[in-house]
Amino acid sequence: MPRRADLESILVIGSGPIVIGQACEFDYSGTQACRVLRSEGYRVVLANSNPATIMTDPEFADATYVEPLHVDVITRIIDRERPDAILPTLGGQTALNLAMELHRSGVLDTYGVEMIGANAEAIETAEDRERFKQAMIEVGLAVPASGSAHTLDESMDVVARIGLPVIIRPAYILGGKGTGIASTIDEFRSLASLGLDASPISEILIEKSIAGWKEFELEVMRDRADNCVVICSIENFDPMGVHTGDSITVAPAQTLSDVEYQQMRDAAFTCIRRVGVETGGSNVQFAVNPRNGDQVIIEMNPRVSRSSALASKATGFPIAKMAAKLAVGYTLDEIPNDITKKTPASFEPTIDYVVTKVPRWAFEKFPGTSGVLGTSMQSVGEAMAIGRTFPESFQKAFRSLELGRSGLNCDPAERKLDSLPDSELKAKAAIATPDRAFQVEALLRRGFSVEDVSELTMIDPWFIDQISIITDERAHLATKSTTTMSVREWRRAKQIGFSDAQLSYLWSQSEAEVRAARLAAGVRPTFKTVDTCGAEFAAETPYHYSTWEDEDEVRPSTRQKVMILGSGPNRIGQGIEFDYCCVHASFALRDAGFETIMVNCNPETVSTDYDTSDRLYFEPITYEDVANIIDAEQPMGIIVGLGGQTPLKLAGQLPPELVKGTSAASIDLAEDRERWNALCARLEIPQPAGGTAQTLADAAVIVERVGYPVLVRPSYVLGGRAMEIIYDDASLERTMNELSRFGTLGIEGGLSAERPVLVDRFLEDATEVDVDAVRDHTGEVLIGAVMEHVEEAGVHSGDSACVIPPPHLSPDTIAVIEDYTRRIAEALQVRGLVNVQYAVKGSQVFVIEANPRASRTVPFVAKATGVPLVKIAARVMLGATLDELREAGLLAPPVVGDHVAVKEAVLPFNRFPEADAVLGPEMRSTGEVMGIDLTTGLAFMKSQIAAGGPLPEKGTVFLSLADRDKVLGCEAAELFHQLGFSLVATAGTAAALRTAGIPVAKLVAKLDEEGEDGVDLINRGEIHLVVNSPRGRGPRADGAHIRAAAQRNNVPLLTTASSALAAALGMLDWSRHRLQVRTLQEYHRGVWRAEQFGWED
Amino acid sequence: MTTAIREGLLVLADGTTFEGEMIGASSGDAIATGEVVFNTVLSGYQEVITDPSYAGQIITFTYPHIGNYGVNDFDDESARPFCRGVIVRDIARRRSNWRSTENLDAFLSRHGIAGIAGVDTRRLTRHLRDFGAIPGAFGYVGDGGVSETALKAAALAEPGTDGVDLVAEVTCPRPYSIGNGHRRVVAYDFGMKRSILRQLGEFATVDVVPAWIPASEIIAHRPDGVFLSNGPGDPAMVEHAVDNIHAIIDAGIPLFGICLGHQLMSRALGGTTFKLPFGHHGGNHPVRNLSTGQIEITSQNHNFCVDIDSLAGVAELTHVNLNDQTVEGMRVIGARAFSVQYHPEAGPGPHDARYLFDDFSALIEGAHK
Repeated sequence: MPRRADLESILVIGSGPIVIGQACEFDYSGTQACRVLRSEGYRVVLANSNPATIMTDPEFADATYVEPLHVDVITRIIDRERPDAILPTLGGQTALNLAMELHRSGVLDTYGVEMIGANAEAIETAEDRERFKQAMIEVGLAVPASGSAHTLDESMDVVARIGLPVIIRPAYILGGKGTGIASTIDEFRSLASLGLDASPISEILIEKSIAGWKEFELEVMRDRADNCVVICSIENFDPMGVHTGDSITVAPAQTLSDVEYQQMRDAAFTCIRRVGVETGGSNVQFAVNPRNGDQVIIEMNPRVSRSSALASKATGFPIAKMAAKLAVGYTLDEIPNDITKKTPASFEPTIDYVVTKVPRWAFEKFPGTSGVLGTSMQSVGEAMAIGRTFPESFQKAFRSLELGRSGLNCDPAERKLDSLPDSELKAKAAIATPDRAFQVEALLRRGFSVEDVSELTMIDPWFIDQISIITDERAHLATKSTTTMSVREWRRAKQIGFSDAQLSYLWSQSEAEVRAARLAAGVRPTFKTVDTCGAEFAAETPYHYSTWEDEDEVRPSTRQKVMILGSGPNRIGQGIEFDYCCVHASFALRDAGFETIMVNCNPETVSTDYDTSDRLYFEPITYEDVANIIDAEQPMGIIVGLGGQTPLKLAGQLPPELVKGTSAASIDLAEDRERWNALCARLEIPQPAGGTAQTLADAAVIVERVGYPVLVRPSYVLGGRAMEIIYDDASLERTMNELSRFGTLGIEGGLSAERPVLVDRFLEDATEVDVDAVRDHTGEVLIGAVMEHVEEAGVHSGDSACVIPPPHLSPDTIAVIEDYTRRIAEALQVRGLVNVQYAVKGSQVFVIEANPRASRTVPFVAKATGVPLVKIAARVMLGATLDELREAGLLAPPVVGDHVAVKEAVLPFNRFPEADAVLGPEMRSTGEVMGIDLTTGLAFMKSQIAAGGPLPEKGTVFLSLADRDKVLGCEAAELFHQLGFSLVATAGTAAALRTAGIPVAKLVAKLDEEGEDGVDLINRGEIHLVVNSPRGRGPRADGAHIRAAAQRNNVPLLTTASSALAAALGMLDWSRHRLQVRTLQEYHRGVWRAEQFGWED
Repeated sequence: MTTAIREGLLVLADGTTFEGEMIGASSGDAIATGEVVFNTVLSGYQEVITDPSYAGQIITFTYPHIGNYGVNDFDDESARPFCRGVIVRDIARRRSNWRSTENLDAFLSRHGIAGIAGVDTRRLTRHLRDFGAIPGAFGYVGDGGVSETALKAAALAEPGTDGVDLVAEVTCPRPYSIGNGHRRVVAYDFGMKRSILRQLGEFATVDVVPAWIPASEIIAHRPDGVFLSNGPGDPAMVEHAVDNIHAIIDAGIPLFGICLGHQLMSRALGGTTFKLPFGHHGGNHPVRNLSTGQIEITSQNHNFCVDIDSLAGVAELTHVNLNDQTVEGMRVIGARAFSVQYHPEAGPGPHDARYLFDDFSALIEGAHK
């Protein structure tokens, strides 16, 4: 069946900001979808609030709405664009939920918009747990047995039917209270009684417990002729009980016989047919009892997912791209296989390597969290590795994670496990945590058997045995050295995944010595191709991975080649923004005639789409792995300045003549505190007073000179890792102790003489400003944008909202900032991007730091101004001048002044209920959104809606402010009052409000006082907005509890006075003007000139 | 702590060599020879190794980890392996699966099948893809083992599968019956897989007969249907079957053939077969059913192919391979006879084409109306 001719325009919904559970994978899938639909001749209307995505680049859709993903907003877009269809299956849960809301509210019917991919009926069947279960039973598929009961007798009947162990869940209980697993009948009796008591309606759900079963996933595709194929099978290393997003997963499935696999495949097809997903990809999850092979179906996602992105990268079969084609009517056999070009897409990929995905967590950023993995996803990113065997792939995955590990142990960081007694190590390994794989290896090294370890962890003995191959090999290697290794032994060690760094640790030799000895022995990696077919057909697509075999398939071309180093797994502080930068560089350099080579190991991203670059190497970004690719490809240049800290750290080790853009020496100059200070002094650019310290004594001397408060931060880290504002001696001592120990910072590389702590006077109430600029080799500097932060200096720039153009800076101040930026760029001899941060206090501008590399804000700047800053920078890095680019029509003047863009951070506190939801100098946001409109207030409101949902239009605002925030807080309160809100406040805040003549409806007690406290009011639903600014980092008193209560009850929370004021101004604007949506293309054309500006009120 | 490696070497008839280590039944100076082919299945190695169609061949598995779930008592496709050897990248030293009863390595040893592990199987597969299936030989090349020269000579002396009657090697020595369905089907055993028997047994009592039984004996018993099994090698070498098949078609007995059975049926109808460059060996080949338009993902294992043009007016095409447009199925015009090139019984592989057994059953029922 050919493409549908009855459709003309299609609305694609993206997934919004990066949050835990929904990351770059939907930019990857959405970008593919937009590309496909446009190339098929459809008009593509796109809605996505995330400016750091490739899909929201104006050239990927006909109409790009960077607007909040909210039902009212999408309704306006539908009203304006009148699309024929909506494609909801490529934008994650967000898009699916939004499409369902549009369906339920009748919007789709009213405007005659057809849901393509999956219809409402199918989505409901898959998403509603009970309905799904019934549907599966109806078609004869096993689901975990369950039943509900209202009395203890009924409970006993249910358990007699389904058998122990069971999970007991009381009905209508928030937060899992009264939930438990019973393995004996006595446990069951007591848990059932407790559960019945806990439930307000005396009802418990009793479900067969399958914790400890093996978990599998199948990625399935279906077309409208009902052809079904499995793209990839995935086996979880971790047993059931750990969220699949938090599990180490392996493709293909390793421990299923074909009989069992085919049974699962049949069940997956039955499932997708019953649910009724008409076209596209779905993910079906199964649990298998290791003792008798029983299979049950756990859930299915009627859309592309994180797993489908992984499956696409793991097999080379682009699921999202195919899903988009199927959605518009093609059948699988009508689409050629992307990689072979000769065979059709209606087949099942087969692979001849092993893929391992390992998640990356950020528990160190959320003090108070347990770090235990469970059924709710907590990881923020993931790395994928390809190897010919599991041990190779597994070790590669761990070194891809960039946690300072060189593989699975056999590195300095393993020593922290060495001191543990056996009993403690066993106890730790029994619990699923990010460290479990390392603990498993350590246990095997201590002589525990595969059976023991498997029983302890419930991890399949095949996996444990494969890890013991690594352990055994290590024992053998420990008896060797660079001088005694035979070629066969070198090869074997490398085939089992040992990195040069691991061998250097084992042999106490430098990594350079190991590498030299290995190369002298002639042992080099070979590069193989990901081809979907196990080499059965010739592959056209250059998608490669390294291994240690006989044959190298890569034939370097003779073209001018540029290698771009990616940013590795997502983490807080380094995420999609840097992938955006790498992708843009690849696009720009391909256009300029270079052959681009991408190196990255993050399966979620657009950069690891093999369509993005001329060649893709799916490899860890370590010195060894990168050096191997350089040897194989002989590029003329390497770009290290666009992938965040990851490639930058390697810059110094790479041949300097190959590093394009700003030199490693300049990068170091900006990071080296002493030299940077001298540079600023020479340029006569003021800095906050400060110095560097390695000890508490050093720090105390600095504090004596500059006075409290001070900002304390380690050097060479990204995302404000371990940064703190210190107000007193006690905190200074605690912080310095934390930093000088090999503590939480250890995993980021530790603290050393070369990496001292920076101690600076902290400028209170200063406005923070960010500038992104590009300098070319002639010295011309292009200012991308000057951004004013909403939150005052002290909140990490990544967590702060910021505004283009700056609403409160005078033209003189902006001129000073631009001048400083030019001088700094010149002094650092920048070639490409530079980001400079300033603090503005009154009319004085202080420079905080400069980073001669891509910053997190670059994509936002490009979306706000229409200037493709990274594309410009990439060309400049390779020698073009801004003048040349202007002449070639690639650099137009920015579009500013007619509209305002606000970037807002999105924080993951809902995933970490134990952590305090307060902003500080350490970055903790996972993603960002952009609000764009004609005034600062409207743009800010849009950013708030996009980040967390709408702010209230009426009701009660609860204010509790630190003394230093009271002036600004009162300004905000005055506006809330004008807007008709009733105000309640704690005593001190109330006094300040009343002094300012603002009525306070009610005094709220502190937690330890008599009377109603804030937590009570929030819990009762009487508060609609909380403004709570913290008072330093004292004992966890009221503030933390109030913020936690707001989080728990989904009450909007503002934790700084400045954001409260911005919100109040926004709400005022919002109340006066009707919601307007406009496309990025319109903003960039500058059609919204102020003179045409007319409110429709 | 690594155990001593028994160095192995694989030499192809064109002189290409591959280093590895010996597994399975390898002793001293024994040399395993055969036609080297590859199979791309991710699971199902036990079924593949015990599939009699691999008689005379050395099987290369493209998936690197083989043996992970061991072997069990249920998944054998015949009484013993008939292949000449197994080439893998890595053989599991520990198996894990609730059904498994033995390690693959031990299983190979027990059945006298030699194997070589540690081979760059992707390089080998690419070589086979580019130059076609080719005879090869492998053996132990350490102390007391064989030389590369001896292996090369053995590879050159190996005839391959062209022009060799391998069916005689794998067919059952005497007839036997299986199943208790209400219809009686006679199955010609050219190297029959048990999965096929299980499928036929769903609706029929199956009398399995050796390949050399004359048609007259079968027709005399008036069975409800006749089945032509899969099997190894070159269909041109099983000439005695051709006359038998012709007689059965003429007798009007419903007839169904799979793989070699399909090729033999086409030859009985006067058609010709030819050798594919490197055959189809895997569990992921897309086939279109021309009557419904549906695509089925199929299990395939064949080196020879029917030339449908040679059957113009006699048989019509029913199934086509979407990868290379070759013939996958046909129906005899004016007769109750059809056949497919691929393996609807799976074992290993997808179950998408199992409806063909229902079609056969329906054909039989139709003949009784």
